[in-house]
Formats: sequence, structure tokens, C-alpha cells
Amino acid sequence: MTNDQIKQAVTQIISVIAPDEDLSHLKSDVALRDQLELDSMDFLDIVMELRKRYKVEVPESDYPQLASLDSCVAYLAPKLKDK
Amino acid sequence: MNNHRRIVITGIGLTAPNGNTLAEFRANLLKGVSGVVPFETRYMGKVLAGVCSYDPYKYQLKKEVRRGTRAGSIAIYCAQEAVGDSKLDFPAHDKSRIGVYLGITEHGNVETENEIYNISQFNYDTKFWSHHHNPRTVANSPAGEVTLNMGITGPHYTIGAACAAGNAGLIQGAQMLLLDEVDVALAGGVSESIHTFGIFASFASQGALASHADPAKASRPFDRDRNGIVCSEGGCVFLLERLDHAEARGARIYGEIVGYHMNSDASDFVLPNSQRHIECMQAALKRAGIAPQDIDIVSTHATATPQGDIQECQALRVVFADCPKTYFNNTKSFIGHAMGAAGALELAGNLPSFDDGFIHPTINVDNLDPQCAVPNLVINTPQTVPRVDYILNNSSGMLGINSVVVVKRI
Repeated sequence: MTNDQIKQAVTQIISVIAPDEDLSHLKSDVALRDQLELDSMDFLDIVMELRKRYKVEVPESDYPQLASLDSCVAYLAPKLKDK
Repeated sequence: MNNHRRIVITGIGLTAPNGNTLAEFRANLLKGVSGVVPFETRYMGKVLAGVCSYDPYKYQLKKEVRRGTRAGSIAIYCAQEAVGDSKLDFPAHDKSRIGVYLGITEHGNVETENEIYNISQFNYDTKFWSHHHNPRTVANSPAGEVTLNMGITGPHYTIGAACAAGNAGLIQGAQMLLLDEVDVALAGGVSESIHTFGIFASFASQGALASHADPAKASRPFDRDRNGIVCSEGGCVFLLERLDHAEARGARIYGEIVGYHMNSDASDFVLPNSQRHIECMQAALKRAGIAPQDIDIVSTHATATPQGDIQECQALRVVFADCPKTYFNNTKSFIGHAMGAAGALELAGNLPSFDDGFIHPTINVDNLDPQCAVPNLVINTPQTVPRVDYILNNSSGMLGINSVVVVKRI
């Protein structure tokens, strides 16, 4: 997956988990939880969807690396390069 | 009696398979409109069920609906509608003095079945089991979702009481008001049971699942050709308060809860016991301080199982042996069996009789089973009466649990 595809994939997951949010103005370099009403259960949903959709495991110690869209791309790119 | 010790109903919110407001529900009960439809269920294909059409997004965000349960969503809709109907100044009211007491037949089967199906798509690897499973399946879930949605900080819990649960929720709310634990009780019952195949499969295995070529005719209590239960979802929440509280704010009053009782058969897992039904109704009448002859409407529990209907009718014939002005009806014939919501919905559907003087019938009785022939059974078309002063609402459920509520016109 390209970086753009990863960003789109994460955004699509967030659209399902936070269906009331307007994601059109989401800033890639700002923490997701500073822009959206996301709590810890929502965050676990993101981890679960990555597991279900892309067979990506995110260990708890790596959760901080999913803070923003940009950091998601940086973290997931090596894991999704062959997907 | 001291008005601080009298409990009244001042708001009603409901969703039934044939109506999402009391007015719509009542109109369809008087018009003979069923809410039973074909319904796709996992592993079993099409079954017959009562399905509700309320708008969950009227009071919930999409995220709340996604995260919560169907029972919680139904409960929120009903509680919000009840508060709105009551005209209570909810924003100004002390939220710590509001309690939520909801009867349930069961809770958690839907969510557990969904998760098992979910992990079956991943070779039963439990790391795909949702972290939402526990908060969705704790037994207080439907009532707790109401408090989260409405910012209520008083007590909340559910009352597990099989199909006697709707009345049980109402009784619990009344008791908490009498104990002065709260000033307002949101009480009643909810059910989401149609969203798990298990309830249908279990009734089918028991030989107690209704079938009929015409879904609207499938639920037919007291009819000779009845062949079982139509499972339904639904909910009904009453706003209860003490009479002095209601009068102080000029509330419209639907009726006063003057009698109630619950007891146990202690005789069988599934088969009802008419003697215990008799004792339950008589105890409720005693608490109300009235005679059987004072009851104008008996809202029967009958679910259209061969044995259950007969047992209830045996009990009714004993309790109301000499009651020429007492009429009997049944609401499950329209909407099926709404399980935890059944008793509350069935009471709500009858309360407008205090004002309109109609008694809705039991429908789908083409050939009355002689063993279900009770005098003044209102069959297929509504009955008009000069005046209704008392309604007795009868409910019972598996493991031998019975609940009766008596409501008086005020």
C-alpha cells in the first residue's frame, strides 16, 4: 500500500468508528484525539479493524505511534508494504 | 391515602411492532393492525417476528447506536419519549433523584451470538473478540445506556424476570418511589431478543414457535389452531412519580398504580401453574383494596401456546368467577410476544381505555378454543363500555414467575 492508500484506509476506519464526525478537515499532522471525539474504546476499535482488515498487529507499546494520520502512515507503511 | 404514598403514571414512551407512540399503538390496536412480519434470522432463514420501526437517531448519535445494544437503544428511545410525554422539566430536575428500572427477559444473548459469529469468520481466533462485548452484555446494560444518554445519576438496573419483566420493572419503580429512594422513576421493560437466532431455535425445539402463511395471523392466543409464540422486540417506559409531586407540577395523570404482586410457581421450568396465577392476582387485588368485580379490563398474558393459554384461562375463571362487567383482552395477538417489554406494552395499550371507553380485542380468534372460553373475552372487534375504572395487567414467565399490576383511573 502507498502512503496515500494507508492514510485513506485509516480514515475509512475512523469514519466507521466515529460516524458522526466530519473528517473532511482532518489534519494529518495533528493528534486524532485533539481533533475528534475518540476515547480509549474507539482507539481499540482502530487497532481491531487494522487486525481484521489488514492482519496488522499493533502491540500496546506501539499505540502512541497511531496518534495522528501521519504517524499512522509512518508506523504502518513497513507493515503494509506488501498488502 | 397520603398523596406522598400514591404512585401515578404521568408519561409513557414506547415502541411496539405496530406503533412508535402510544397514540399510534392505540389506534392500531383498535383497528386490528398487526406488527408481525417475516424476519431474516441467522442460521434459520425467515421466521415470523414483531419488528419495531422507531428512529434510533432521534435521541442517539450514530456512534452511541454503534457502541451500544439494541435493547439500550430501545430503552433510550422509550425513556426519552416518556420524559417528553410527561412534560417534566427534565433539564431542571435533580438527576440524582431519578431512577431507571427496566425489566428484561434476558440480555446478552444477542451480543454474544454476534461475537461468536464474528470470530467464526477468523477461524475462532479470540483476539478478534470485541472489547465492547463486556459493556454490552452486563445485565444492567439497557438501563445504564439510558443514564449515559440522559445524564441521569440516580440508581439504574435491570430486573430479570423472564416474560413477567415488564410488570416487574414497573413494580420496582413504584417501590423505589414508596421507599423515597427517588422522586421520578423511569420504569418498564425492553427486549431485543429477536436479534439472536437462539430464542427462535429454542422455541422451535420446544414445539412452541408460531408459524402461519399470513404473518398477521400467526399470533393467535385462545384460538383453537394456535401453534405457538411470535417473538418480538419492543420497549415501554413509564414515568412514575408520587401523586403529590405530579399534582405540584400540574402533570397529566394516566392512572394510579394501586395494586401489584409477584410470586413464584415453584413447580416447573416452563409450564405455568394456574393456582399460583390465582394467588398472584388475588394478592394484587387485595393490595389495591378492591374486589374482582371492580376490575373492568383484564389484560391477559396469553402467548398462544396450547398449554399456557389454558392454564391462564383456568385461573381467570376462578378469580373472576362472578364478574359480569369484567372484560378480557390480549395484545400479543397484534404484536407477538415482546418478552421483557410485553407486560409494560400491554398495560400501556390498555390505559387509553380510561379516556376513550374502548377495550381493544384479542384478534385472530377464528375458532375459540373451548378451554379458553372466559366470559366477556373481547374477540376480534373492540368493545365499548360506559366507563373504565380499573385495569389488571397479567404477566408470567419461565421458571414460574408471575406479576400482576392494577391501575386505577384518577
